[in-house]
Amino acid sequence: MFPRPIQQSGTAVQWLYSIALPIALLLWLFPLLGVALTSLRPASDLAQGNYFGMPSGIAWENYVFIFTETPIGRYMLNSLWVTIPTVIGAVSLSLMTGFALAVYGFRANMVVFFMFVAGNFVPFQILMVPVRDMTLQLGMYDTWYGLALFHIAFQTGFCTLFMRNFIKALPFELIEAARVEGVAEWRIFWFIVLPLMRPAIAALSVLVFTFIWNDFFWATVLTQGVDSQPITAGLSSLNGQWIAQWHLVSAGSILAALPPVVMFFMMQKHFIAGLTLGAVK
Amino acid sequence: MANASDMATAAPARQAARQLNQRTLAPWLFLAPGMFMFALYVLWPIAQSITLSFYDWDGLYNQDGAFTGTFVGMGNYAELMADPAFETSLWNNLKWLILYMAALPIGLLIAIFLNQTVRGIRLYKSLFFFPFVISQVVVGLMFAWFYAPNFGLFYLLTEWMTGKGTAVLADPDLVTYGIIAAGLWPQVAYVMILYLTGLNNVAPDQIEAARLDGAKGWRMLWYVVLPQLRPATFIAVIVTVIGALRSFDLVSIMTKGGPFGESRVLSYYMFEKALGEYGFRMGYGAAIAVVLFAIMMIFISGFIWKMWRDETER
Amino acid sequence: MVHRKTGALALMAALLMSTSAIAQDKRVVTWNADYDPIPLAAAEAMIADFEAANPEIDVQITNFDHEAYKNAIRNFLTADPPDLANWYAANRMRPFVEAGLFADISDLWASEGLTDALASSLPSMTIDGKQWGIPYTYYQWGIYFNRDAYAAAGIEAPGEAGVTWEQFLANCETFKAAGIDCLTTSSLEQWPVAGVFDYLSLRTNGYQFHSDLAAGKISWTSPEARAVFAEFAKLQPYVSEGHAAIKWQDAAALLVQGKAAHFVMGNFAVGVFKEGGMTNDNLGFMVFPEITAGVARAEEAPTDTTHLTSGAKNPDDAKKFLAYMASAEAQTKWNAAVGQLPTNKNASVDAADPFLSAGFEALSTATGGIAQFWDRDADAEYAKAGMDAFQQFLVQPDQLEAILERLEQTRLRLYPQ
Repeated sequence: MFPRPIQQSGTAVQWLYSIALPIALLLWLFPLLGVALTSLRPASDLAQGNYFGMPSGIAWENYVFIFTETPIGRYMLNSLWVTIPTVIGAVSLSLMTGFALAVYGFRANMVVFFMFVAGNFVPFQILMVPVRDMTLQLGMYDTWYGLALFHIAFQTGFCTLFMRNFIKALPFELIEAARVEGVAEWRIFWFIVLPLMRPAIAALSVLVFTFIWNDFFWATVLTQGVDSQPITAGLSSLNGQWIAQWHLVSAGSILAALPPVVMFFMMQKHFIAGLTLGAVK
Repeated sequence: MANASDMATAAPARQAARQLNQRTLAPWLFLAPGMFMFALYVLWPIAQSITLSFYDWDGLYNQDGAFTGTFVGMGNYAELMADPAFETSLWNNLKWLILYMAALPIGLLIAIFLNQTVRGIRLYKSLFFFPFVISQVVVGLMFAWFYAPNFGLFYLLTEWMTGKGTAVLADPDLVTYGIIAAGLWPQVAYVMILYLTGLNNVAPDQIEAARLDGAKGWRMLWYVVLPQLRPATFIAVIVTVIGALRSFDLVSIMTKGGPFGESRVLSYYMFEKALGEYGFRMGYGAAIAVVLFAIMMIFISGFIWKMWRDETER
Repeated sequence: MVHRKTGALALMAALLMSTSAIAQDKRVVTWNADYDPIPLAAAEAMIADFEAANPEIDVQITNFDHEAYKNAIRNFLTADPPDLANWYAANRMRPFVEAGLFADISDLWASEGLTDALASSLPSMTIDGKQWGIPYTYYQWGIYFNRDAYAAAGIEAPGEAGVTWEQFLANCETFKAAGIDCLTTSSLEQWPVAGVFDYLSLRTNGYQFHSDLAAGKISWTSPEARAVFAEFAKLQPYVSEGHAAIKWQDAAALLVQGKAAHFVMGNFAVGVFKEGGMTNDNLGFMVFPEITAGVARAEEAPTDTTHLTSGAKNPDDAKKFLAYMASAEAQTKWNAAVGQLPTNKNASVDAADPFLSAGFEALSTATGGIAQFWDRDADAEYAKAGMDAFQQFLVQPDQLEAILERLEQTRLRLYPQ
């Protein structure tokens, strides 16, 4: 193990470590804590210039205000409407592509695979004008499905990489045995491989959920207005309207951050397994 | 695969033929939906953007729905070469690329710091990872508040230290660094989790052997641990390079490229030219996107080449 | 939203039509607008008045978020044009005119006698000798000031006649000594700074020069252009620091709190000042001081417009509505509700509002001419380059040569000589 386990050091060092940990964490999360505290600060504190001192009270009304007086609830629902279909779509498509690329040794296999991998890295800007134009032409501009369709297509790149590597690591003997039995290919996919994919599906679902929930660029390019804007774009336009009302900006920020954070805590193991794919041999 | 076909020949010939036939067709059926979507939304638009970069187009169709652009050949690229805003964006992209690399050592350092087995360490690791889970929009708002003139904590800090507050986001010389610092926060968290996973898988026997040889501290890290962390480092470099070149959200949220365009990067400048209030020069925007794409391609080809090598060696 | 909205609208229209069909067959005029709540209510009142006089016509308004509208109009004009669409005068409407998306309504201007009634807006509505829309409101720009700040610095507040440029700068020095920012502004959104530049240019060289400058006809390195920046340089030391990091409403707060004395702004800002607690007693307005003696005074008054689209399904009734929008009666009422100025010279303004009266007075006596605003007089790309430059000059006045050089390069590229 590296570094040397702290238990092998003297008590002084152990003491020091147990003090250093929380301090380091506080420093590290300082911006987040500051915003969380500000979100609960009464507006009057800010008006009097009391930004960092003891708050005069806990103002849950900041949250009540943004829910009742701004469309933030609507924005969050819009985000869900985009995020959930994307998760389902991208995971389903990539299960199939990943299966095809992992199991079959056809000639173009590597080319197709690396096309998905490379596509995953391209800058969004090279897609922006044509994708926006196409979405407009199809009458899907400013709709949740217009945005979700693009996300599904783009996320399929990353998801294919993940699924393919995951299926590759499965014992191939299972598939061979089934083939000897004369089981049809789609049945192999459905009854043999799919049941083994649960951890991969879970990992990708949380990852894609977070990516899409946090997407700002495509939300700006493909939607406008309260009816379909997701929370990221919505928060940005609310920020334009909230002048010097940092308690509201903070409350909105915390709300926007909450769903992925909850998702992360619930599915931590899968989340990290997904992100660190390939970080170990 | 060789094994599989051996066994297949053992089965009755007709069934084998049907299976083989099925097996050449099956992958394409499985690939079809995914490839269709990917081609429609990723590959085809790339080709269209490249074509569009040779046109001058304001994004409008006339009343009959016909394209109103005019062909200008290399005109957009020639203009780019003389465009000072493009030059600023390019330099800023370079700053992003170089400074973003700081995420690697910092992330490694935090990973080493956290790689212990004391009570509650799992929670600590999760909390340290937090910034990555949060949307960049929120990160941008947090740091904008941190840097805000007159009451922002950073402003007060500089005021206390130098007697005169610094409004980072209003300062043309500091603004890009201020935004990069905000971007590093989640990026370091990402790199940290990569290294934590890597450290978890470092072979303990090698560490012990090196320890018996008297290696410790920096030497141990450099000669024994880092080589074993190479896969993690590779991924960390990829995600950091991509992250640096994709930096759009923070610039858009924190400064909109200002003051007077000093914090623009290519990704934001492209958006500004194509869809900004004073933009709607789709062809020119496409040309900027093509340049960004070309830069990215240098890195992408590198990654792909390495991955290809690993795949074929296996 | 265009499609969803029009879908919903079509459904609504169908429902409305089916109910009204029982009563009578109404002819529908569709109108896409970008109003905040107060102007929206005024527009609905205007529609009600119009429909009372024309019971056979039904005007249906679809309202968009102000910022989203700038994007949306580019789509719906092609994909699904309404009969009427809101927009802005001068160069801002040029792309739509040139793409053939706005319709020529010169006949309406002629038949309704608008060339006379809307004379002040005629130049800004004319492209290629034709008129392309109806201007129905504008608002003055000028200097808003805090009388309490004057009192705090021990300076006598400007009277009706305003102050001279020398006096203004001298006051700035006094304000600075008293720890008050003489002029506040925001360059985070760059347009407030463009307002300052416009006035410096209009006052130094006059309307025609400024108009030519915005049209790319004048070199930035010419002595006249340099003269504008020389005046700008006199003002620069007195502008609030940190202007590049604050929104204009934050800058307005500085004025309200008395931390700043002046703000070059449009009349729409009065609402924000008053919300912050200012009243007619301590909020003052004056026209921008004269700089070069003898230059005819020109003012800035951005005009909002409504246009007939080329794809209109009911152009005849839409024109009837436009004619009504142009009338003195409708403009008086709409602008009274919104707190802006009518463009029809026969309309009247609320005499009890000192800022409206002052604005009406300032504009009707502006013999030099009426400018639209930097980003409406200049082409989009040129306007943006200019605003970057004005902002940079405010931050780095020592970079003047580089700034002018860069602007000149842009000009030569956009307007090849």
